[in-house]
Amino acid sequence: MPAATLEKKSKRGAFLSLAGVAAVLALVIVLENTLDPNRNIIVFTTLKKGAVYALVAVSMNLLNGFTGLFSLGHAGFMLLGGYAYAIFTIPSAQRESVYYMYDGSAINFSFPEFFSNLFGGSGAGGAAGMVLGMLIAIVIAGLVAALVAWLIGLPVLKLKSDYLAIATLGFAEIIRAIFQWEPGGRITNGANALKSFPTFNNFNITDAEGEIVLRLSTSVCFAISALCIFLIVLLINSSYGRAFKAIREDEVAAEAMGINLAKHKRLSFIISSFFAGVGGALFAMYVNQVQAKTFNSAMTYELLLIVVLGGMGSISGSAIAAFLYVACGEWWLRFLDSEAAFKSASDRWAFIIVLAAAAAALTALLLWRRKRQGARKFSELWTACLLGAVVLGYDIYYAASGSMEVPFLRTGFRMVVFSVIIMVVVLFFRRGLMGDKELPARLRELAAFIRRLAAKIRRPSAGGGKPGAAAGKEAGGDE
Amino acid sequence: MSENVLRIENLTMQFGGVVSVNGLSMEVNKGEFVALIGPNGAGKTTAFNCVTGVYQPTNGRIEFMGETIVRNHPQGRMARQYMGERATLYTSAYRGEDDPEALEAIEREGDGERRAQLRAQFDAEARERLESAKRRDPDALTNRVIAPTPDRITQLGIARTFQNIRLFSSLSVFDNVLIAKHMRARQNVFSATLRLNRREERRMREETMALLEEQDLARFKDEVAGSLPYGLQRRLEIARALATEPRLLLLDEPAAGMNPQETQELGEFIVKIKEKYELTVFMIEHHMDLVMQFCDRIYVIDFGKLICEGSPEAVRADRRVIDAYLGVVE
Ligand SMILES: Nc1ncnc2c1ncn2[C@@H]1O[C@H](COP(=O)(O)OP(=O)(O)O)[C@@H](O)[C@H]1O
Ligand SMILES: [Mg+2]
Repeated sequence: MPAATLEKKSKRGAFLSLAGVAAVLALVIVLENTLDPNRNIIVFTTLKKGAVYALVAVSMNLLNGFTGLFSLGHAGFMLLGGYAYAIFTIPSAQRESVYYMYDGSAINFSFPEFFSNLFGGSGAGGAAGMVLGMLIAIVIAGLVAALVAWLIGLPVLKLKSDYLAIATLGFAEIIRAIFQWEPGGRITNGANALKSFPTFNNFNITDAEGEIVLRLSTSVCFAISALCIFLIVLLINSSYGRAFKAIREDEVAAEAMGINLAKHKRLSFIISSFFAGVGGALFAMYVNQVQAKTFNSAMTYELLLIVVLGGMGSISGSAIAAFLYVACGEWWLRFLDSEAAFKSASDRWAFIIVLAAAAAALTALLLWRRKRQGARKFSELWTACLLGAVVLGYDIYYAASGSMEVPFLRTGFRMVVFSVIIMVVVLFFRRGLMGDKELPARLRELAAFIRRLAAKIRRPSAGGGKPGAAAGKEAGGDE
Repeated sequence: MSENVLRIENLTMQFGGVVSVNGLSMEVNKGEFVALIGPNGAGKTTAFNCVTGVYQPTNGRIEFMGETIVRNHPQGRMARQYMGERATLYTSAYRGEDDPEALEAIEREGDGERRAQLRAQFDAEARERLESAKRRDPDALTNRVIAPTPDRITQLGIARTFQNIRLFSSLSVFDNVLIAKHMRARQNVFSATLRLNRREERRMREETMALLEEQDLARFKDEVAGSLPYGLQRRLEIARALATEPRLLLLDEPAAGMNPQETQELGEFIVKIKEKYELTVFMIEHHMDLVMQFCDRIYVIDFGKLICEGSPEAVRADRRVIDAYLGVVE
């Protein structure tokens, strides 16, 4: 029965991806307990922030990539989640000092404290109660965001594309303003940060003396994020996910197939906001504090970028792009922000040659693209050489100047490079890393491409020899 | 008398100052294969869109299986701009009047006795109309507006295809049909996400597969719908409409762009599925041979108005149809 094979296939895919996630999780646990946490702060920062951003980007993709609703309110929903988490987890003893500007907090209830006391205050029971309280607070963070999404979804989702984007962006700004508002200070702490709430470090397992036995902070962050993404994947592959995709493809046809647009759009909006709220709680735990001003439109912009870079409609794309983006921003491209000098003249010349080669390659690439688009005349082609010429000109100038300073490097250059990468992606790889495919399909495509390439390279030398044997060898090589 | 499946009453659709459908009344009976023909721009697609809830008609009432599914009267700004007829028919202001000009003519009558007699006759007719409106329409003499969304209409059992094919073109053929099964599923978002609806999901997939096999589309099930050749896309669209388990199937120019051979096959195909699923079919079509060969009855409209109705032979012989339509096309 073909329907059954289809099911089997999807089951195998689900099993493989679950196994992959489990392997990654195990790796993170091992890393966390072998690497020195103080000397490798940057690794764990990247991993945690990457996991949080992956979740929020995937939830944004559910809305933008799978339901076709162009919404930019995610920073607002993250803010709601972050604040909800903080407000319901700060221990009562700390409330006084956190809310010192407002003479204490209006809400004096902390889920972790409540369950910790319920299970015996200290020791293993208390720790378990603490963890349970934190998990409940995370769910509540999601529910708060979902509730607000339900409320604003009614009017906002009637709007079409660009208008929806503007309205949701405005919503996020309004939320941010409300949470910084002085009269609400006894709840939100006004413009000040909320802190002293339990974070990922509370998941580390300690012995009686308070020594850490097993570090779990990064892996718990990973596990929560992975669980949420897994749920989103299940949703997308369910009947409801198919309905969302139908709406994305053609609203009129979807309605004609009996899909209630208002209901399904709202459902997608609420679910997406729920996970954005959970992501906000995780983000709060990652930075150890919540402050409304961090959840600005620049954050939404970052998330949108991740979604676009990863590919609209690709879950694995969003997840991979989130880690790449965070790693570049926090780690790999940091060096661009500080000035430096070449250690030797040969280093300098190597740099100059590489830059010249890059300029030439860029020109070749642009020319090739133009040609493929059908440009033949010089008047159509010369603009493609312009950029390369400018870079080359600068390179020559730099070579002649004799300076040992590495060019470009200074504060803010990282953002310039980022913007250039984004422009390149938007101009040349509009479908992003994955398009709307998932990792396995994309890898298969890549393998097929390499195989074709290899065959092309081999054919002239092999001549009319034994094509069958060659093909067999290639297939074997790919396994 | 045979049972009405679809009954369109005084349907009027006015866009700004353009009346695209004008006082249209039609009936489609159970098990019939009825065609709607007319020159380009006559308002056929607009009429379909009113039936399926894509447009809210300006005036008129539509019944499906004896139940009112659409009802409206000119309101707001449209009440002043309204250029159609019988503006008050579906309001509480309706008194059975039908023809203001006839009334004026009576008032102009010189002979007093004759005038009173005509007047009495006119009033009696108005009363009769009022009574019959009350009998047919449970909402008669109210301002009640019934304007369901298209998904609701589909749920009631009316499925349609589109003149310019509207598939979910980047999804697979299989998913295109499977999506149509979503509407009748009993799952909710939690049970579907957590896979507590396994049995239902399996049933949906099996039904989809059976439908694809029957429509000879099973070979293409994993292909992207948009990559299919045109004829297969048409057939897929019909399969998708069938998957919603309709009782009435509306086809908007299903043979557009087909050669005579394909058109003939399509006609046989429609008759086959009509028998198999006990459907009633209402079809807009330009290919006269298809319409004449397969349809039980034909409605002809021009400039939004019904100009003729009857069996293929009767319609073919009708002078007005030849003038408005057949003469132009052929
Ligand atoms: N949404 C709309 N807004 C304005 N005019 C419309 C709209 N839809 C249809 N019309 C007009 O209604 C008339 C009938 O169109 P249509 O029903 O598509 O004709 P056809 O009989 O060829 O299917 C046309 O003159 C068209 O311009
Ligand atoms: Mg039409």
